[in-house]
Amino acid sequence: MQQAATASVGTIPRPARRSSSLGDTIFAAACTAAGGFVLLLLGGIIVELFLGGLPAFRTFGIPFLWSTEWDPVTEVFGAGVSIYGTIITAVLAILLAVPLAFGVAFYLTELAPIWLRRPVGTAVELLAAVPSIIYGMWGFFLIAPIMAQYVQPFMIDSVGTWPVIGFLFEGPPFGTGIFTAALILAIMILPFIAATMRDVFEQVPPVFKESAYGLGCTTWEVMKGVVLPYTRISVAGGIMLGLGRALGETMAVTFVIGNANRITTTLFGPGNTIASVIALEFGESEIGSLKLSALLALGFILFVLSFIVLALSRFLLRSRLKA
Amino acid sequence: MARTQTGPERDTVNRRTLLLGTGAAIGAGLISARSAMAQAVTITGAGATFPNPVYQKWAEAAKGPTGITLNYQSVGSGAGINQIRNRTVDFGASDAPLSVAQLNEHNLLQFPAVMGSLVAIVNIPGVENEKMKLTGELLADIYLGKIRRWNDPKLVEMNRELNLPNLAIAPVYRADGSGTTFVWVSYLSAVSTEWKEKVGIGTSVRFPAGTGARGNEGVAGTVKNIRGAIGYVENAYAITNRLVTTQIRNKAGNFVLPVQENFIAAAENADWSTPGFAASLIDQQGAKSWPIVSPTFILLPKNPESAERSRAVMRFFDWAYKNGDRLAQELEYIPIPTVVADRIRTAWGTEIKVNGQPVWQPA
Repeated sequence: MQQAATASVGTIPRPARRSSSLGDTIFAAACTAAGGFVLLLLGGIIVELFLGGLPAFRTFGIPFLWSTEWDPVTEVFGAGVSIYGTIITAVLAILLAVPLAFGVAFYLTELAPIWLRRPVGTAVELLAAVPSIIYGMWGFFLIAPIMAQYVQPFMIDSVGTWPVIGFLFEGPPFGTGIFTAALILAIMILPFIAATMRDVFEQVPPVFKESAYGLGCTTWEVMKGVVLPYTRISVAGGIMLGLGRALGETMAVTFVIGNANRITTTLFGPGNTIASVIALEFGESEIGSLKLSALLALGFILFVLSFIVLALSRFLLRSRLKA
Repeated sequence: MARTQTGPERDTVNRRTLLLGTGAAIGAGLISARSAMAQAVTITGAGATFPNPVYQKWAEAAKGPTGITLNYQSVGSGAGINQIRNRTVDFGASDAPLSVAQLNEHNLLQFPAVMGSLVAIVNIPGVENEKMKLTGELLADIYLGKIRRWNDPKLVEMNRELNLPNLAIAPVYRADGSGTTFVWVSYLSAVSTEWKEKVGIGTSVRFPAGTGARGNEGVAGTVKNIRGAIGYVENAYAITNRLVTTQIRNKAGNFVLPVQENFIAAAENADWSTPGFAASLIDQQGAKSWPIVSPTFILLPKNPESAERSRAVMRFFDWAYKNGDRLAQELEYIPIPTVVADRIRTAWGTEIKVNGQPVWQPA
């Protein structure tokens, strides 16, 4: 939001470099070191994860990526179920969060009275500040029982009987499972997507909107014909930002996903994600064991996944970030 | 708004090791500062979460009479084993016994500290505490996903007096690697060959059916949430939370209640002469024995770096064997029989040495 409308300012001329005193040199060196440290840290984590996961990659080869076996007793490990669970929960969360985030952003930029925009906007951003363990407890003690008693039985009896998509909503109503996890995730990533959307909507030059209104367009037509086309790439970037966050979420998901290493066709079935498996199994993995290596390999895969998503998000948001 | 949200959980792994590292470093610092004083010693231990409440209670009570301050971190058995292997703590604690080969490889002495028991908890409308009757074979079949409904003929036959509903069974298990799961699947393996072949024994296993929850509180909460659920927790947890437990048929063929005297009966019938004191208390003989009882173990280096701290660890557990029974029983643990404690003291005297001299001197 701070970068808004600064594109035309241009670069500030730098003052000519004076002969540096000792203090300047130390300051410059310290700042360079701090900058370099971040790069070094990032590289270090990647290398460390990869080296740690290497025995697992060596033992199981490429099929590690899609093997659904995870048996600590016979030491056979595969990442298939976790990768599937990670992606399916994140994508479902996006599907649930994007319409809501769009509504929030649209309301805040176009419909809400000026005095209300700040409090609602702040409230949305505060949602992002709630620690994930709180979401986990809230999900487990409040949402899961509600899901088990009301929402899931209702959906199983109604949507579950529909043709084609019915099978997605079958099975016993456990309350926990992929669907509940996606729901909690959706609420967690909502503020990130909504805030990004609001910021980019605000950047649409008022002249464009005024012209459209002048031609007699309705608010919805302005949104559809002017604002969305103007901002669609940035909006996609914002969604990617949310996706990146959903992929790595651990505590909240662990509480409600059911933690079973199986791929179920129904969305109410239990599953797991890369992050939840690592969190649950790490404490009981011995140094040098294949299990620890498999967990580190999972961490590496998650790192790569998130890296790709975040890189994509930066790429899509680049026009806005450059400003 | 250049928010680069990298998610705080991504580096959990690293942060955790870092935390443990700092914890150990602080612990080590404390020790070196304290060891100058004659009687007041601080010892550090890490590992199993299951006996943590009783270790904390013992530590509190033993501080006055022995001058020993125990700093115990309940980080999980696996992490405890890792820490004692790296010698970052004075002793490790594990629910699952280490094999003799592992003990020799890392030069560790293993002995039991206390025992605990597991119970099955259920959530079936109309079924009250300690009324349902189950056998090990049925429990294995339920957790294998072979028995799927509560009105299954096999269950009904055993529980004529109960009116079991036509309700799906939802088995709940510990999703985090844990000693509790180790004991539970050890029992299922002991009573069911199919479980032994298909699933096996470990701190986390591939459960063929059901849903996983985190920790005892997660299992208890999930069982409470789901009608028709069955789970397993430590007895202490079931009692303090007033959960609905069941009777289980023991090896002698009797249905026994999960009560202290039946746990003690199992402990008395155990054979403690196995190497590393790795007595199996699972599915014990005896008319009253509760079938799922298990000791939890302490791992002590045979070649300690500091004789003084190693001796303090032994003095601490010596005190606990002598004076800690009541505290343990209050927390629903089962004390180690006196005969076994004497054997442990003998093992201390012969196995733990610094420069060829035994560290343990009986008082």
